Amino acid sequence: MDYSITKFLWTLLGLFIVTNWGMLMSSTIRRIGARVSGRIGIPWYQPWVDLTKLYSLKSQVSHGTMFYLGPVFRLMGGVGLFLFLPMIFGSWHWSNYSFSGDLVLILYFQLFGMLGMALGAGEGGHPYSTIGVSRGLAQFTTIEVPMTLAVISIAIQYHTLSISQIVAAQQGGFFTWTVWTNPFATGAAMLSLLGAFGHSPFNLIQAPNEIPIGPPTEYHGVFLGFLRTNNAILHVAEAALFMNLFFGGATNWIELIVKTFLIYFWSVFVGMVFPRFRIEQSVRWFLKIPTLLGILAIVIFL
Amino acid sequence: MEKENKPQDIPVVKTKNFIAPENEKRTVTAPDGSLIEVDPINDYFCQERPEEYKVKSGAVEKFLNWARAESLWVLGFGTGCGSIEIPPLVTPRFDMYRYGVQMRPTPRQSNVFIISGYLSVKTLKRAIRSYEQMPSPKYVIGLGSCTINGGMYWDSYNTINRLDHYLPVDVYIAGCMPRPEALLAGFAKLKELIKAGKAEKANEYIRNLDWYKANQKKIIKDWNMPDYNW
Repeated sequence: MDYSITKFLWTLLGLFIVTNWGMLMSSTIRRIGARVSGRIGIPWYQPWVDLTKLYSLKSQVSHGTMFYLGPVFRLMGGVGLFLFLPMIFGSWHWSNYSFSGDLVLILYFQLFGMLGMALGAGEGGHPYSTIGVSRGLAQFTTIEVPMTLAVISIAIQYHTLSISQIVAAQQGGFFTWTVWTNPFATGAAMLSLLGAFGHSPFNLIQAPNEIPIGPPTEYHGVFLGFLRTNNAILHVAEAALFMNLFFGGATNWIELIVKTFLIYFWSVFVGMVFPRFRIEQSVRWFLKIPTLLGILAIVIFL
Repeated sequence: MEKENKPQDIPVVKTKNFIAPENEKRTVTAPDGSLIEVDPINDYFCQERPEEYKVKSGAVEKFLNWARAESLWVLGFGTGCGSIEIPPLVTPRFDMYRYGVQMRPTPRQSNVFIISGYLSVKTLKRAIRSYEQMPSPKYVIGLGSCTINGGMYWDSYNTINRLDHYLPVDVYIAGCMPRPEALLAGFAKLKELIKAGKAEKANEYIRNLDWYKANQKKIIKDWNMPDYNW
């Protein structure tokens, strides 16, 4: 791994691009959602304005050290996922700090922010936060099952745990992408992605009209700004992870932007069509078809 | 609008006159038989007085004011009949999102509090709690004539007449009931005020806290909360 200052600065620049693309993506998606229901929707620059306002607000309360650390951990989850993920295939500048075992570390970082947020929101002491946290952790445990099965299947298929090598193995044309060579793993992972992005059938964690907004109920101002920044990073980084694993990676930023947008849009599209699941329904749902697909994907390659 | 009662006209009422029975200092017996002194107001609540929001210098404050004006997050709290005028704002016909106005479910994340109509004494208490929990800078919109002079409830035994005796109001929207267009016009006016740096009522509330508290405590008899709800 390269530890030079130049590499660090390039990674920071990548993080900056990814954060801004994440915010532009979220406003674009919200505008599309608005057009679907016949509205005009928010201006495209709304996320930046919201973020500026949030960072300028005065903090109202503190509930202790862990309350402060919750959003920091959450942000670290997103940034950590980005740090070890090669964004552009074959590029020294945009491969970040990826190494031979990065896939395992990235799976861990997906859960890391969630756990930090659970501790922070728990210290907030609001009953709705606690309900949101317990729902979130229950759901995420079951999301991880098909996701991990799919990743194991890919590791068996390509004999590697390095994302760069997985992307390299998919180069050579449209039909060498994992989505064609290993459709069952792709299916399992894309279904679990619906839960990871937290759009409609699986958004009971934050369910704004039932448990006023779940874990972040007590978070305001800078804390909420942190959570929103993390959302922007996490959405792009997670979509980029799936792009690398299943859709042939990207060789330039335009390709990355198009592919991450489409992968993110998949979860939004499903969310527009289907209503919200109760928590026991979503837990059972992940343990049925997605898990079966994951097991099938492993059995095929054994 | 000129205030009928200037801040100095009403004598400051001491907190301890209003402590509810469940919040009084008392001795309780623990399960193991020992006696414990309990003082709920001091043990469970923060007693700090709030501070005014400090205005930043020149261009920075102007930029922040622009951001605040373009990102109004409204607390989903409906009182009276006016709350039925708020849901149409998210429909295609009125679509408040294009003006940067969004709904938030919790006071911690909102900046704008719409008092949408008459405020009964019971709701006033909740409105005060919610308002004080919102982070500064924050704004209040009084919707409908009930918030201005009581409207058709002016002689009711259970509603307040003038909202600005109890909460600081930045913008009033007159009418009974004002239509959603009027509410949008109110948002536009509020944006204008914020951008001009004139929406400073939250600071006025903190400056005249004693006067507001005296007014509130005159109406709310079962005051079982701290003086300022952090």
